[in-house]
Amino acid sequence: MSKELIRLVNCSMAFDGELVLDNMNLYFNDSEFLTLLGPSGCGKTTTLRIIGGFITPTSGEVLFDGVRMNDIPPHLRQVNTVFQRYALFPHLNVFENVAFGLRIGRTEEKEVNGKKKKVKVRIPQEEIRQRVLEMLEVVSLKGFENRRINELSGGQQQRVAIARALVNRPKVLLLDEPLGALDLRLRKDMQSELKRIQQQMGITFIYVTHDQEEALAMSDTIVVMDQGRIQQIGTPEDIYNEPKNAFVADFIGESNILDGIMHEDYVVEFFNRKFKCLDKGFAPMEPVDVVIRPEDIDIVPKEQGQLRGTVTSVTFKGVHYDTIVDFKGFKWLIQTTDYHPVGETIGIILNPDDIHIMHKSQYSGMFGDYSSYSEEYEEMDDVTMLDEEEEGSSREDGHEE
Amino acid sequence: MKKQRRTGSRVFMALVFLFLYAPIFLMIIFSFNAGNSSVVWQGFSLHWYEELFQDRTIMRSFYTTILVSLLATVIATIAGTFAAVGFYSMRRRTRSALMTVNNIPMTNADIVTGVSLCLLFVTVFGGWNYLAENYRFTFNWLGTLYRLTLPKLSLGFGTMLIAHITFNIPYVILSVGPKLRQMDRNLVDAAQDLGCTWMQAFFKVILPEIKPGIISGALIAFTMSVDDFVISYFTAGSSVSTLAMEIYSMARRRISPEINAISSLLFVVVILLLTANNIREARAEKALAKRRY
Ligand SMILES: Nc1ncnc2c1ncn2[C@@H]1O[C@H](COP(=O)(O)OP(=O)(O)OP(=O)(O)O)[C@@H](O)[C@H]1O
Ligand SMILES: [Mg+2]
Repeated sequence: MSKELIRLVNCSMAFDGELVLDNMNLYFNDSEFLTLLGPSGCGKTTTLRIIGGFITPTSGEVLFDGVRMNDIPPHLRQVNTVFQRYALFPHLNVFENVAFGLRIGRTEEKEVNGKKKKVKVRIPQEEIRQRVLEMLEVVSLKGFENRRINELSGGQQQRVAIARALVNRPKVLLLDEPLGALDLRLRKDMQSELKRIQQQMGITFIYVTHDQEEALAMSDTIVVMDQGRIQQIGTPEDIYNEPKNAFVADFIGESNILDGIMHEDYVVEFFNRKFKCLDKGFAPMEPVDVVIRPEDIDIVPKEQGQLRGTVTSVTFKGVHYDTIVDFKGFKWLIQTTDYHPVGETIGIILNPDDIHIMHKSQYSGMFGDYSSYSEEYEEMDDVTMLDEEEEGSSREDGHEE
Repeated sequence: MKKQRRTGSRVFMALVFLFLYAPIFLMIIFSFNAGNSSVVWQGFSLHWYEELFQDRTIMRSFYTTILVSLLATVIATIAGTFAAVGFYSMRRRTRSALMTVNNIPMTNADIVTGVSLCLLFVTVFGGWNYLAENYRFTFNWLGTLYRLTLPKLSLGFGTMLIAHITFNIPYVILSVGPKLRQMDRNLVDAAQDLGCTWMQAFFKVILPEIKPGIISGALIAFTMSVDDFVISYFTAGSSVSTLAMEIYSMARRRISPEINAISSLLFVVVILLLTANNIREARAEKALAKRRY
């Protein structure tokens, strides 16, 4: 049973009357790797800033160990932050950047003669030196102590930012898209590095990203957000295999999302055909969203298929082919290792565990149609990421009609 | 044709520079003249400079200038820096409105600033002096009777200092503001995140970041103060005078080559200050460019 450290209760945040966070309820456990995942502008940074104490929620409560923290300033909170753009101090060298928090020291409440007093705890020079050097070794920056910040690459600056936060041994570390500016290789390396540090030091990580692969690979718990609301909380497996609505299904991985009707438990109808599935607990004849993951679909000769369609486009993706197949005007994405040329008519077979059923939501009909499929659709996320100012504008262009 | 035009424009340029700098050149040259004349060269000498340093009035006005400029610079720099930080944390609309208000005094004619400040001081002091003359405060404390007389106020060093501080502050704000805006907003957050109070964050992070702006603001303020004649003239009253005021009154009495010497010195000091500031800014620019790769 892990201990709960931080809890947000009915937290809402509005800027100039515009609601950015809508009634968030969320708790964070000890030693947990929790990821806030969502498109640009959904309120991830805002959530972190509330926890860090840089802004106070318009309504709701922030609890640390059950104590209300709304009005406690950042310097008195036992959390540290790795900022979205590092925010390293340009006038200090690497060593002094990392030593910054240690040199300030923390005010702690101590009992002196039965009275509570605030005592400034100063750390001796030698200990500061040791801890900084140790931490630089953890982030593989040994020998960089005297470098200036502007003499470091993006990845190195990134690691200085992590060291600067971790050296204070916070209970909770907040990381705001820390790998956003790195190239793919370095990002993968740093992902496992971060995961290792988190497990080694037993610290709670609250990690913000808009990259679903990163979230799936690193997290114990994923919180999917959109438009200031939590869409789903769960383990990576839960989120991937049992998305709650069309938004989650589409944001995490690729999905074909179709309109269906739930006839009874374990029976769903779409394309005028009944399929067996593993879902139950829906009202009889309830309209539902049906999710079928592209990699779960088996292609068979057309005579043997439950459904028949025509290949309209094929893209080689390395491990597999992205094959777009037209089923009576509705286009599906199928990922296969076999090549099927454009124009070929194929059949498919759906097993009960390939089908996932979701209740209808505000997102129904917005995602999961590959009619406007283009090869660029995978790059969209990265483009959005680079320029923060364009928040939200290019979200999901690749999928909408 | 083209060549002609080019030589034409060159001649024009030369003329412009001649008109701009010939008087100053002449002044500097004749400050080294051995004789009394401002027309006939009678040989090189440092005579007038020696005179200058032995002239009590001039030396006193020199000290006054240095003192008022230094004090005004220090106070205006501190006040202006905090004002700029205040502006920075405001919303954009309010900030740009306030910046306009801030910029007006700089474009305002010195004479207007001088006269209006003079008027303000005279009015306020008039009221105060009326009070001081007509009311005496007596009170009893521990059995002893105390009589309190309000001191009379008049124009002097204090009012001139206030005036200098007033006209210097906008320059400081103007040179600190951009440095603040260039700074990554998250730096302050990061410092607080690492345990700083806002004040600590100001001294440990904001101040080092905007230091170049503060220094150049201070240099500009100092130059402005040393350079100023009109505003000082209206606010200093009759008891104190700055170098510029002294030169003015000397020129009205008699044309003495001493004036050439002291004006040359003033010119050189101001030029040195301005050059120093320009070099510093150019260097800072280069460093910034480097920081951004
Ligand atoms: N200080 C502020 N004043 C006004 N609006 C703000 C402020 N901070 C954030 N917002 C708005 O709140 C919304 C959420 O912003 P937030 O920074 O939390 O997004 P995000 O999920 O971190 O996005 P990204 O992935 O681009 O960093 C955005 O629409 C943004 O414009
Ligand atoms: Mg953000």
